[in-house]
Amino acid sequence: MDLTPTPSQTVGPYLHLGLTDTGSVPCIAGKGVKGERVWLTFRVLDGDSVPVPDAMIELWQADSEGNYKGTEGHGNSTVDGSFRGFGRMPTAEDGSCSFETVKPGPVPGPGDTIQAPHINVSIMARGLLKRLSTRAYFAGEPGNASDPVLALIPENRRPTLLAQPDPTRAGGWIFEVRLCGEGETVFFDV
Amino acid sequence: MSSSLQNKGNRLPASVVPFRRHEPGTQPEYLYPAYRATRRRAPSQPLIFLPHTLSEVTGPIFVHSDIHPNDNDLTVQHPGEPLGERIVVSGRVMDGDGRPVSNSLVEIWQANAAGRYAHAKDNHAAPLDPNFTGTGRTLTDANGFYRFVTIKPGAYPWRNHENAWRPAHIHFSLFGPAFVTRLVTQMYFPGDPLFAYDPILQSVPDERTRQRLISKFDLETTKPEWALSYRFNIVLRGREATLFEG
Repeated sequence: MDLTPTPSQTVGPYLHLGLTDTGSVPCIAGKGVKGERVWLTFRVLDGDSVPVPDAMIELWQADSEGNYKGTEGHGNSTVDGSFRGFGRMPTAEDGSCSFETVKPGPVPGPGDTIQAPHINVSIMARGLLKRLSTRAYFAGEPGNASDPVLALIPENRRPTLLAQPDPTRAGGWIFEVRLCGEGETVFFDV
Repeated sequence: MSSSLQNKGNRLPASVVPFRRHEPGTQPEYLYPAYRATRRRAPSQPLIFLPHTLSEVTGPIFVHSDIHPNDNDLTVQHPGEPLGERIVVSGRVMDGDGRPVSNSLVEIWQANAAGRYAHAKDNHAAPLDPNFTGTGRTLTDANGFYRFVTIKPGAYPWRNHENAWRPAHIHFSLFGPAFVTRLVTQMYFPGDPLFAYDPILQSVPDERTRQRLISKFDLETTKPEWALSYRFNIVLRGREATLFEG
């Protein structure tokens, strides 16, 4: 039996039908989940800096103590019941979508390292034959300097992974995704 | 910072078993100029290789309460029956070692029998079917099996190039156990004459792996006097061998 993994294909322009019309998850952490509440807005731009109106963003994150849902068996079982860790939204005509969540805590990294608070991001869209994977870190976070994953990235491209505070909203953060060209976001081979 | 990390018990990075990487040629590249939309959306810089951490080997979990009773039968979601050829689409989701991927979310979406999506942005001049939305959702069972009842979708034009038509297909979305096992793909039907002209299918470089996207007609699971059947098995990435597996 051939067990080569099945190839990826694009989600195409009508992804909403199967994935977001009834399957959107804009709130990753329900009311009462402890932690610093944040509103994270993504904006996706293509190689001409034109907003991408038909993308989908999926997020996966640890809770405020750095525990991923489903890993309770691995140790401390503190993940709140109404914390799912997963979010999913389609981009609007202006290329943006927003999530409500709590800021994730630091997560263990390889060796004795500690990963700074980050949210794992998948981007899918028409024109993407396979998903793009990146991470949203938080600008100004002291742990960023010793994060083992940021350390893999040429210094001049690291800022592309930093969400910036939203000047118009307390607790708001903005993460811009540039798919290609000038200021291209760092994407990971995962 | 350290106080929340001190009590993580045995949840140490050493317990992270990474997933295997794809063999060259078995997945499409981002840039495939014949598929026009890739030209302004494919990254131009090489990806950064990311050794797997806890963040990559964990992933969302879906449960039965995420699924509604008629979600896996696309022919009973409206007052009347949809037009077209009723079919059963079933298969097994496995990892790269042939182990079943159980209790895992499978989502599908597709055009109707006339080749039209029930989507505001689809303006193909083919009729909508008031009895067909084209959305399905299910969980794999304990042995990794899933099953949908639906209508065979039609081919449709898509303006990628002169006289471009997509072969009939059903979109599939799968999660598997981890952030890195996420897969969105498309299932095709055997013998479609449009395969050779479709840049999306042809974007998979390796011919043999490309064939994996084509379902098999399956007389065995066909329901006599009711519906023909197609089988579509899906393989998600497996984990690297651990000491325990020998």
